[in-house]
Amino acid sequence: MLSVSVDSVYVHKMWNEHELSKMINKDIPFAMLSDQDGGIGKLYGIYDDDAGVETRGRFIIDPDGNIQGFEVLTPPVGRNVNESIRQIKAFQLVRDSKGTEATPAGWKPGKQTLKPSPDLVGNIWKVWKVEQAFDD
Amino acid sequence: MPEEFKPGCQRPPIKKPKPEAGVTSDISAREDKKEMVKVGKAAPDFTAPAFYNGKFMNTSLSEYKGKWVLLCFYPGDFTFV
Repeated sequence: MLSVSVDSVYVHKMWNEHELSKMINKDIPFAMLSDQDGGIGKLYGIYDDDAGVETRGRFIIDPDGNIQGFEVLTPPVGRNVNESIRQIKAFQLVRDSKGTEATPAGWKPGKQTLKPSPDLVGNIWKVWKVEQAFDD
Repeated sequence: MPEEFKPGCQRPPIKKPKPEAGVTSDISAREDKKEMVKVGKAAPDFTAPAFYNGKFMNTSLSEYKGKWVLLCFYPGDFTFV
């Protein structure tokens, strides 16, 4: 986990000390990066030139350094942390299976995966139901 | 490995990746930089000053090769969401 904003590392230290550590009763357990000229945000396409800040961009990067997924929100709406974790678990499952398994809509750990093959073409309706796309 | 740096009276310097040979810095090249990254493609590497474990460290994305990384941008410290 890495977090990035245009604030200086000194402000990160103060935010950890005066607010965040009080929310979790310990120090923030990941590196808080400072991107004061927005250069990293520009590299990732989520820097807002007009406001001079990063928008709420979230990127999942695999062990090879490839981007597997991203989400970008405007500032007033917060992220769904559980959804980020669910997506990472899904990408990990696919990677561990060496691409032999795929996670259908609404998949979460324990739910059915699909094994893509020529026989599955046109036959997903036999093995997977729409209700599985929704939470129980 | 991340290297620790001492706090000074200046902002910590921003380390820019070296421009690749042949890359021009005209307007069109800069416009290209604003493009969204693509899924399935390499995440752009970067090095930036960071606060971690009570220390100030220079941190690079490439140090996390071999691990899953969740990279989260946000509008600013002390904002509410």
